[in-house]
This record gives sequence, C-alpha cells and structure tokens, in this order.
Amino acid sequence: MQDKGIFNLSRRGMLAGSAASVAVSQGTIASAQASQASSSPPARMAVNLTVNGKPHRLELDTRMTLLDTLREHLQLTGSKKGCDHGQCGACTVMVNGERVNSCLSLAVMHEGDEVTTIEGLGSPDDLHPMQAAFVKHDGYQCGYCTPGQICSAVATLEEIRKGIPSHVTEILTGRMRPTNMEMRERMSGNICRCGAYSNIVDAMTDVARG
Amino acid sequence: MKFEEPAGQNLFDRAKIVGKSTPRIDGPLKVSGRAPYAYERHDVAPNQAYGWIVGSAIAKGRITAMNLADARRAPGVLGIVAATEHKPVGTSRFNHAPLFGGTEIAHYHQAIAVVVAETFEQARAAAGLIRTEYADGEGSFDLAKVAPGAPLASEKLPDYNRLGDFQAAFASAPVTVDQRYTTPDEAHAMMEPFATIAAWEGDALTIWTSNQMVAWSKRALASILGMPADKIRVDSPYVGGGFGGKLFIRADAVMAALAAKAVNRPVKLAMQRPLMFNNSTHRPATIQRVRLGAGRDGRITAIAHENWSGNITGEDGENATLQTPKLYTGANRLLENRTAQLDLPEGNAMRAPGEAPGHMALEVAMDELAEALGMDPVELRIVNDAKGNLPGEPEMKISDRNLERCLRTGAERFGWSARKAAPAQMREGRKLVGLGVAAGYRAAPTQKSAARVSLGADGTIAVETDMTDIGTGSYTIIAQTAAEAMGVPLNRVRVDLGDSLSPVSAGSGGQWGAASSTAGVYAACVNLRRMIGEKLGFDGDAATFANGHATLGEQSHALSDAGALSATGEMEFGAFQKEYDIGTYAAHFAEVAVDAYTGETSIRRMLSVCDAGRIINPLSARSQVIGAMVMAAGATLTEDLHVDKRFGYFANHDLASYEVPVHADIPSQECIFLDTLDPMISPLKAKGVGELGICGPGAAIANAVYNATGIRMRDYPLTLDKYLDRLPAIA
Repeated sequence: MQDKGIFNLSRRGMLAGSAASVAVSQGTIASAQASQASSSPPARMAVNLTVNGKPHRLELDTRMTLLDTLREHLQLTGSKKGCDHGQCGACTVMVNGERVNSCLSLAVMHEGDEVTTIEGLGSPDDLHPMQAAFVKHDGYQCGYCTPGQICSAVATLEEIRKGIPSHVTEILTGRMRPTNMEMRERMSGNICRCGAYSNIVDAMTDVARG
Repeated sequence: MKFEEPAGQNLFDRAKIVGKSTPRIDGPLKVSGRAPYAYERHDVAPNQAYGWIVGSAIAKGRITAMNLADARRAPGVLGIVAATEHKPVGTSRFNHAPLFGGTEIAHYHQAIAVVVAETFEQARAAAGLIRTEYADGEGSFDLAKVAPGAPLASEKLPDYNRLGDFQAAFASAPVTVDQRYTTPDEAHAMMEPFATIAAWEGDALTIWTSNQMVAWSKRALASILGMPADKIRVDSPYVGGGFGGKLFIRADAVMAALAAKAVNRPVKLAMQRPLMFNNSTHRPATIQRVRLGAGRDGRITAIAHENWSGNITGEDGENATLQTPKLYTGANRLLENRTAQLDLPEGNAMRAPGEAPGHMALEVAMDELAEALGMDPVELRIVNDAKGNLPGEPEMKISDRNLERCLRTGAERFGWSARKAAPAQMREGRKLVGLGVAAGYRAAPTQKSAARVSLGADGTIAVETDMTDIGTGSYTIIAQTAAEAMGVPLNRVRVDLGDSLSPVSAGSGGQWGAASSTAGVYAACVNLRRMIGEKLGFDGDAATFANGHATLGEQSHALSDAGALSATGEMEFGAFQKEYDIGTYAAHFAEVAVDAYTGETSIRRMLSVCDAGRIINPLSARSQVIGAMVMAAGATLTEDLHVDKRFGYFANHDLASYEVPVHADIPSQECIFLDTLDPMISPLKAKGVGELGICGPGAAIANAVYNATGIRMRDYPLTLDKYLDRLPAIA
C-alpha cells in the first residue's frame, strides 16, 4: 500500500501547496511541501473590499476564499458553502454587478471590488422583490441553496435585460426575453437538491414581469 | 394525550388556518440569509477553532502508520486527533459502520483524523502533511457478483409474502411479464454538508449540528462517545436538507466533539463535499425481478417481486418489495428480499427507502403488462387496485384509499387520452414524444411526539419542540396548528425547533413528521387551554378559542388575562391504528421528448395527484411533492454512484460527477391534492407526502421514454449510452 499512500499524499499536497512543487518528482513533493508548510507562516495580504456598500480593509491569509472571507471574517453567513468546488452555486454573490462562485475566488484577488451578498439585497423586514417572490412562490425548501439561487436569479434577469446570449437563446438579433427555458438554462449552475426549480422559475417570472 | 379512536368532528374541520396555503414563517429569514445553519453559529460559543477531516484512502484493510509530526508542527495547528492514537468510538443502534478510531478500515473515506487549527486554511494545509500508510485488505464490492448467493434479509418479511401457489398460477397465466431491473447506488447529496460546532463545559457536551432526529442523535452520541445522554445537548434548528442522510450521528459530530475535547476549545467543522459520498450513507443499489401473470381481462393472478441488494454486515439492504403487496391484488404471490454482504460504505435510509427503487421496477413491469395485454396502463392499475382489502391481510382494514380517483383525475388533467398506445408514434419535428404513468404507495406511519406551548403575558403563543424542519415546512405547519388550536393569528405564534432541551418529538423521517408533530403540538395546546380555563375559571375543553379570546357561554376572556402559562403535551398513537393500513397514494404522469437525432431526453411535463388526507399547508406540501418528483427524475435519468469494483469506492464523489437534476432538466410541474381526510391517522386527519412524491414518478418517466422511442430500458439511470444505438431510424 505504499504506492497509494504516496498518491494520497501528493494529491493532498497539491491541494495544500504551492505551484512550485508540481514540477518536482512525487517523492520530493512530500518533503518539500512539509518543510515549507511547517516552517514558514502563511502569507498574508491586505485587501480593500466593499461589501454591501460598506468598505472593509482586511488583512487576510492569501489562501482564503472570498466565500470564507464573507462567512468567517465578516460573519455574513448568508452565502453558503455547499461544495467549496464551484459545483453547486450555493456561494453565488455579485462582484461588481456580476455573479460569481465566491468559493472559487480568492479574496485577495478582489482589491477594490464591490461585493453584494444576499444580506445586501434585503433584510427580513425589507425584502428585495426577488426575495419576496421566493417566499410567495415557495421557491425553496431547506433554504441552504436559496441565497445563491436568489443572487443568481437577480443577476440572470439582469443578463437577459442586457441581451447577453446563452446556450438556448433562439434569436440573437432581437430583444431577449426572460423565457422559461432562458431562465432555466442560466440558473443551472445553482443546484437545489430539494427540487424547488419549478417554483423558483415562477418566482423569477413574477419579478421579470415587474 | 392518546389517540385511541378515529378522529370525529373537531376544530380542524372548521379550520381557518390549518389547511390554507401559507407562506413559510421562516421564509424571510431563509431568503435574506439570516437563518443560521450549523456551521454558521458564530454566536453560540466563543473562540471557535476549525477542524478538517481526513478520510481513508483505502476501502478495506488497516492503517500501518500515520506520520503526524509535520502536520502537528504546521502553522496554526492546535491539535490532531488521529485514528492510530484513539481507540474506536462506540456504535449506536442506528448505524453500524465505524465512525472513527483504531486502525481497521471498513470503507473508503472513513474518518481517520481531524486536524484542528486557528483557521480553516491552516487546518486544511496541515491535513495535507499527514502521511498514512495502509495494508490493503480484500473486500466485496460487486453486487451483481455476490447477489446470487445472498441470503434472505435479516429484516423479516411479513407473513403475507407468500400467497397461494405463485409458480402454478404464473405458469398458467395467459399473459405474463418476467423482467429484471436494476437501480444504482444513489446519494442523498443534500446541499448543506454534515456540519457541527462542538463545545464542552466540564463533562457536558453541546453540539450545534444539522440533524433530522434530535432525540435519536442525542442517545446515539452518548453511546458512541460512552457518556451519559443527559450530559449532551443537540441543537439543530435549521437543516440544509437531509433526505434520510441526516437521520443519524455522522463523523462530523463525532470528530468535532473529540477535537473540541482535545484542544479544549469549541471546534467547528463541515465534512468536505468530496468526502460525503463515501464517508456517509447512501441508498443501496438493487437488482429486482418482477413477474406478473394476468388473465386476458387484465386481472393479475400471479405477482412476484424478488429483490437483491447489498450492505455491510449488520445492516439491512434496500427492500424494494415493500409497495408491491399494498398496491395490487393477486391471489398468488411471492415476495423475496435478499441482502448480500458488501464492503462499500454503509447503505441506509434515503427518502422512501425500498419503495423509491421498488416503484421504478414494479411500475415499469405494469407498463409492460399493459402493453402485453393491449390494455390502457391507467385501466390496468384501476382493475388491480387493492382497494377493497389487501390480499393476505384479511383482518386489515384500509383507512382511506383513493388511488383510483388519483389515476382518473390525473388522466383527465394530464390529457392522457392523447397518448398513443403503440410506442414511437408521436412526433413533433425532431422530437419523439411519449407519455407515461405510474401509481404510488407509501405508508403513513406515526410516532409519538411532544411539545411545550406557552402563552405569553401579551397573549402571544410560543411552541418549543425538538422537531426539525429539513425543508419540509415544519415551522409553518406547527405554527398553523398552534394558531388554530389557541385561536390566535399566525403572526402571534413563535416556533422554536430542533433543541434537545425541548420536549421530544417524532423528528423528521419516514414521512411521519407532519402528522405526528402537529398532533403533539395539538396535545400541548389542549393542556394549555385547560390551564387557561383553570386560571380564569371556565372549562377549557368546552370553550371556544378564537380571535385571541376564550369564550364559553356568556363568559369571554382575552388570553392575555391568564398571564404567562406553559403546558407540555404529548400525543401517543393507540393500538387501534394497527388494525388499519394507513397509506398515502398517488398517480404520477410524465411527458418526455427524445431528440430523434441526438437521443437527448427532456422532461416536458410532470403531474402528481396525491391522496394524503388533509393537507395542512398546501403550499409547502406541494413543494415537497414536486421536489420529490425532481429527485425521482434524477434517479431515473442521471444519478448513479459508480462503484470502482477494484478499489471499492464510489468514484464520482462530488456534485460535478454525481449528477443531480438542475434547472434546465426540470419543467413546470403540477401537483394536485385530493380533498380527502383520514380520521385514523391523527386529530388533524393529515398524512405526510414527502416520500409519496418519490414513489412512482421515475417509472412514469421511464414509461414515457418507452412510449416515445419504443426502447425499453430496465437498467437505471436511462443514460444515452444505453439507447443511442437503438433509436428509431430517422425517416
């Protein structure tokens, strides 16, 4: 089992470590990695972010994702961690008006950026129209994917309004419509295991009609 | 309070709040990101450290060495709890796979260490420095290979598993179907990972976690950690999906508890998504053989359902035969359920365990029988509906069963008459179009359930129970029940769920939560009404509670006149229920379009017509049903845990490669609830729907694919590789 052990280590080493170690042989990865990680403290960097209109100057571990910065550092836990691999969409937030998977983005890459999270869209007493539409149409069940769905839904309608085409856009020259399929295609990066999809599209249709 | 006889006329028959579509009371918190899930509770314990779970890289064997030195020296590391340095933790009666400790490895990604550090990034980096060596063991990972020798499952089949002489009846039946079906291993893949914050105060432990069954888990954790249950508090107010996967204590809770002890600080951790599929439980794969024999009139004379699945030693498999004796008549019957021993991760309950894959075979076999008979599939089901009595259970009465109405209503609403019986006859441009139907049955069990209901000095009502809301809508139906029983508006009711300090509820599982927990809340309300009556000098049982007042004859009091009061109550369900088969029933319809050129299947429409008694909140009940239809669509078309039979693990262990349905896969869905009441279930006459919704829609989709293409597939999921070369020739 020696082989598998080394394989396991190098795979984890890759996750943990620096790009430089990729070039060397498997045997040396382990030791290079080990000595580097155990001797030198993690690099930190300052970054200026505006989150929900509020400016922050943060001193962060360079490995920290935007998602963990929001959830752990700023304690804005509305953005969810479902997979930490950009596969589920629960972490969707808006950066400078465009939606991103915040788990796939390091916080220090966002110097000067404006981030809007679910908390910035509205509060329980003052819901954003999309949030209110989700409540009305029961566009959720467990609620864990919901903030990501709502951020994505708001951004999706904006993308359609701007005429940005998608895989299913039928006519590229005319005015783009928020059709059922157009919305579903664009929302497909946001998984809802409870299966509220049909209700979510109903909520989005409501908001799209104004 | 004991529910000892069928419910008569009661306040819920005149309800103003119960039975009305009600937006979730927890909705504004959820949509604004303010509902706190387990990992997010920064406020509950100061100075939380971060944990990272390390999983075994082999499926079977043992650890020969773990080098932890580099990891322990890594920046920020506070401690490591490693399997080689910790004796195995105990097990509980709820699950068998070892959760942690010792060098024996029973399955891939079994937790072998937790690294605790000041930050998440530090814990993750340090975990990568642990070097583990293993001695590989032999394991059994191939269900098809071991199924033929599998013994009968230890789980006893009911004595109605054999009726008459199946072999003779099947041999002499003029029309028969004899087919084999397979369903793959499936993952719950709930969106919120297993997550726990653990904190010790002396010898007392609190876990803030994500769990469906708070009281079970408190007991299980006590047994696993070898400590008294009364020293454990479990708090699980928001659960980001469970589907059976969070019925039990998992490694996250155990590792967080051990880690917090080791570093003497609260520890938070979430199981990394790639670990979840092999570390935790899954729905076991099945192999099923269904034989149906019928007369030319369509009446089934012989029915056999044999099932094979596999699991680790000590666990039952996935019994796919459960629905078969409940759905259809047939004087001659054979049911058999066998469980093979496998060394894959533990198989355990996933939404409608047994019935979900069972319908995927039985209800396709029924479609095949209808075709062989030249009979409409809806009519075939109606002809064989076991509505009068259940064969083999002559003493059993049926509480309230309206399967035929489900089928007829659905056929009409769905436009079933447009279906062409011969397959591959409906064409729209490049699309081959087909319609399919399936029936559905899921039992409606109950569990005793308690709650505390308090009246505030301001006349507001607060409900506390350890019941959980796993997306099912418990918060809202409990508030509706309390509002109705206490005669206050919904917005005057507060509901606190999921805390083991509160009275023990039925919890969320087995489709029993809604019926049981609302009955428990009602019991507490009855006690509170009596208490208010005693305080103000009237008979609380006889009074009418409405508009914030209690009224009896000329006497009327504002509730707030009674001052602050609190009552607990528990509903127990009497033995009389055992005389009844209390079930939920559905008819599911689907329309699919298969691209004649590419073979791509898309679902165009889905409808489920459900018979589940009173629907307490039609808005959230509908969501449960359409959500289950989505999960059924995934099971039918895409979901498949691929077993690496050499190394013994599920190879596609993340959300990119385990393909659950996404928005683009799911069209507009419809759900109709029949206006029925079941007086045998509870005072509310309401049954659950969360599992009914996944019993049948998959078969309806599979039957629609056959109707569209003429290709009958019996190995799920129905992926393109299984039929692309068999599509009808393009004219």
